[in-house]
Amino acid sequence: MRGLLRYLLLGVAFGILLVKSDVVSWFRIHEMFRFQAFHMYGIIGSAVLTAGVSLQLIKRLGLRSRGGEDIGMPAKSLGRGTRYWLGGTLFGLGWGIVGACPGPLFALVGGGVTVMLVPLLGAIAGTWMYGVMRPRLPH
Amino acid sequence: MTTLIEAIRGPWAWYVAGPLIGLMVPALLLAGNKSFGISTNLRHICAVALPSRAPYFAYDWRDAGGWNLAFALGIGIGGALAVRLLVGDHLVSISPATQASLAALGIHEARGLVPRELFSWSALGTVRGAVMLAGGGLLVGFGTAYAGGCTSGHAISGLADLQLPSLIAVVGFFAGGLIATWVLLPMLLGV
Repeated sequence: MRGLLRYLLLGVAFGILLVKSDVVSWFRIHEMFRFQAFHMYGIIGSAVLTAGVSLQLIKRLGLRSRGGEDIGMPAKSLGRGTRYWLGGTLFGLGWGIVGACPGPLFALVGGGVTVMLVPLLGAIAGTWMYGVMRPRLPH
Repeated sequence: MTTLIEAIRGPWAWYVAGPLIGLMVPALLLAGNKSFGISTNLRHICAVALPSRAPYFAYDWRDAGGWNLAFALGIGIGGALAVRLLVGDHLVSISPATQASLAALGIHEARGLVPRELFSWSALGTVRGAVMLAGGGLLVGFGTAYAGGCTSGHAISGLADLQLPSLIAVVGFFAGGLIATWVLLPMLLGV
């Protein structure tokens, strides 16, 4: 359990960031999909840039994790790509309606918007449906 | 000092919050070679709580996902802290254009985190509320599992690592979001 504390604390930091930057706000997601403000594009763009530069630094400097492992992101296999565009589009339909992706759902429920338990439970049910249907879906 | 406290209590600019969110990726890698991605937790929760013989849920969730479930719990705690200590039921400063287009859809006040007219326990009793909350959530969960990641795993981790599958997924996220915003929402809101 002690090993999990650092992940819990990083999660706390992430949750605070999601709320303070309005990423959890349905209104901000709606505004993004209407192309009416730069805010969300700025957040996602600068997050990707920071993460990308960090990954390059980790590679160049040969940094290792606390446990001494070589570190890096596992490569995703493309296959025919169906799962990415089709799954991605289905996710986007839900994102545009609910106005929250999984991280913000956890932050909203914790933040007292208890009705967001419903989309969170819906998302768990959706993941379960995928797990059951998986062998019959094109990937 | 007061101005610092005011700055922390107010909303944070994108150029402050965005890079800090991006730093989650190296922080998790350095902490224990973990990949930043939230939606996997939905799978872990299924593996913990829901009965299924599907091979997709047959794995050691403690070993594979214990750290990420702790991260997700942390997000909930962080959300609670931020709402209680750092912000109130504030007006979200969305653009006047968005306020106008929302007013045309019958949503007149961009206050707080979600539009109360649509997202409340009493709204859940209406067909529209149930479809939006439960149906929208179902799509989020099914889609992210199918695509193998959500905004954090594909749009941030995957794009930062220049992975083509993630780019395809993110194009899908936006295609779906645009259809939902421009076609489905006006239909659901009866305009």
